Amino acid sequence: MSASSAGKSSVVMHALKDALIAGIVAFGLFVLLLGFLADDTLGKLRPLPRPVLLAAAVGIVFVGRFLISLIYYNAAALRVLLGELFVAAFALAKRFRFVLLALMIVLAFVWIYRVPDDWPLVATIIITILFAVWLGLTPALLALAVLFPVAFYSNPYYLGIAIIILTYVMLGWGLNIVVGLAGLLDLGYVAFYAVGAYSYAIIAQAYGWSFWVCLPLAGLFAAFFGVLLGFPVLRLRGDYLAIVTLAFGEIVRIVLLNWISLTNGPNGIGSIPRASFFGIPFTADDDGFAARFGFEFDPTHRTVFLFYLILALALITNWVTIRLRKLPVGRAWEALREDEIAVRSLGINPTNTKLTAFAIGAMFGGFAGAFFATRQGFISPDSFTFPESALILAIVVLGGMGSQIGVAIAAIVMTASFELFREFEQFRLVIFGFAMVGIMIWRPRGLISSREPSVYLKERKTISAEHVAEGHG
Amino acid sequence: MEYFLQQLINGLALGSIYGLVAIGYTMVYGIIGMINFAHGDIFMVGAFIALLAFLILVAIGVTAIPLALFLVLLIAMVLTSLYGWAVERIAYRPLRGSFRLAPLISAIGMSIVLQNYVQLAQGARVKTLPPLVTGVHTILDLGNRLVVQISNIQILIIATTFALMTGFSWLVASTSLGRDMRACEQDLKMAALLGVDTNKTISLTFLIGAALASVAGIMYLLYYGVIDFHIGFVAGVKAFTAAVLGGIGSLPGAMLGGLLIGLIETYWSAYFSVQYKDVAAFSILIVVLIFMPTGILGRPEVEKV
Repeated sequence: MSASSAGKSSVVMHALKDALIAGIVAFGLFVLLLGFLADDTLGKLRPLPRPVLLAAAVGIVFVGRFLISLIYYNAAALRVLLGELFVAAFALAKRFRFVLLALMIVLAFVWIYRVPDDWPLVATIIITILFAVWLGLTPALLALAVLFPVAFYSNPYYLGIAIIILTYVMLGWGLNIVVGLAGLLDLGYVAFYAVGAYSYAIIAQAYGWSFWVCLPLAGLFAAFFGVLLGFPVLRLRGDYLAIVTLAFGEIVRIVLLNWISLTNGPNGIGSIPRASFFGIPFTADDDGFAARFGFEFDPTHRTVFLFYLILALALITNWVTIRLRKLPVGRAWEALREDEIAVRSLGINPTNTKLTAFAIGAMFGGFAGAFFATRQGFISPDSFTFPESALILAIVVLGGMGSQIGVAIAAIVMTASFELFREFEQFRLVIFGFAMVGIMIWRPRGLISSREPSVYLKERKTISAEHVAEGHG
Repeated sequence: MEYFLQQLINGLALGSIYGLVAIGYTMVYGIIGMINFAHGDIFMVGAFIALLAFLILVAIGVTAIPLALFLVLLIAMVLTSLYGWAVERIAYRPLRGSFRLAPLISAIGMSIVLQNYVQLAQGARVKTLPPLVTGVHTILDLGNRLVVQISNIQILIIATTFALMTGFSWLVASTSLGRDMRACEQDLKMAALLGVDTNKTISLTFLIGAALASVAGIMYLLYYGVIDFHIGFVAGVKAFTAAVLGGIGSLPGAMLGGLLIGLIETYWSAYFSVQYKDVAAFSILIVVLIFMPTGILGRPEVEKV
């Protein structure tokens, strides 16, 4: 009795001591940068004290560390409690799934009764949940993606966000070939995105060719750049390769900024031709899309078309990746990721194998870039900075390198939360950075850490995270 | 000729700054084999801390420049090394033994955190500090207004760097901490078995690296007088280039590489184009890594199964 109470008080004392140290360190960290502002509103720099902000920041660290320590020292008990709660809730939900379903349908009817215009949205939600219950996560996401424009036809803002999300899904899948499958850390992926966007913009403007001619060209150009960069540098080891790709990304951006005769420099390229419905433009004219097909003109038609376009492009990326994994080259990629020396001794040329991964990843980046250019109608080097590369990489890492569905979920979560917290511009980036660190510490294999084997005997077993070792480079 | 010599002096001053930052990269790489991507941002944090320390000292009436400089140097080194320590403690230590690219990704996250934290705390606009150390000396006068000059600030930069390098080399070569560091560099596990507190040694390495980077930050602030939250990225990549060029893991190599990068960048700007000076530095990185991955003074690394 007395022993346990003594143990408890020592836990609190321990946590308090931890918190005190953390508070002192936090004070040292924040005392100048948060405690004072180098204010230049009067034309001359002067220090502006901000004691409240400083106290708040140190206080948050102190209290946070105290709580974390308390939890940490009682970690086992807490984890068991949380785990049991989760398991119990899950079992309950599974047991009463028909009740839940009935409840949901009743709710849906009430909703439609109250707001009849919302029926497509309600139908989409129901179909998605049905798919999720009976078929699994992937078909549910697919159904949601296909039905999304139907549900949100009257709300182009959400359609716009969905298009951005799908662009990142595609970029994530493209980079996943390089990082996830081949195990090559590429910090300059945005360079290929930029090459695709600029080559689309320049070709489409100079020759007036249609989107469908320029799209493969943009992909080819990006792939060419991938080979151009990859050929000399792919012999390098993992982290060196990462830094070199970073340097390459910056070089591309600086050239785009300064090659004014071709790229118009920092002002960017404007009025890029918009995508057409296989040659039929989305205009209000007599030969526009709406008039030809007998609809009333609505600018949302173009948005919906763009949505399905990027969905198709992303799905093609996914499909090609899944197919490639089964081909010898895909198997060579994954083998290379696991153990380069073993692969080399089996007679596979590592440089060529890596080069194909690099080129194919770059090509999909180029496609995404061309799509980006035609959607925006305006591109400038500002869109292709290093943080963009870091974001795409974070999507791949967060999703679980090599896992297609994980990358898609990560792209959705990341991009959607970026949109939601748009007002907290820098704040969300700080959290984003910490999230990258946190994922590496707690779930280094990402959200979806198990892998489907590409080769199997008799039955397909899921491989747990312990047996896959990505990124040994 | 006089233009060439003038650029030589400018390049040496710039190269000293890169060299100080490069030491942080090379030490960390030497000991735990990771690229501390956030090191460039530590340099930026150092510059900001120095700026604020200056402003506060002036506000409370310390106006004697040498005294103020000394105090700023002290404050910035202490506070910035705290950042170096915190970054290691939060983002790298839990990852020891994780897969190879994990620390690099974590470091990228930390770099994003530091940049946006400073932007949140101090605003996105550039901060301009009027020149504190003024005065130039003419060291070569060819008449006809062809002169080669060295400014006091350049002397200060080169002298401080030289002093710090001497002190630091002594620390690595002849103190027990330096011996621990060298032991960790050769074999972390073996050093731990022989009773070296490896965690402490690694922490101290980050601390020292950050302190040197903060000095570089102060020099940058004094030399250019303009800083913003973004200077760490490009400076970091260039300093890393310097570390690789000199041979990563080698301390004299880092300094030599820093000086070379500074000179190359200065001459490139002087004779070719200013816009593409970063391209020059980045291209050198690529070329060096391809053709000379061990750098000038580095040891070749043997890959073992």
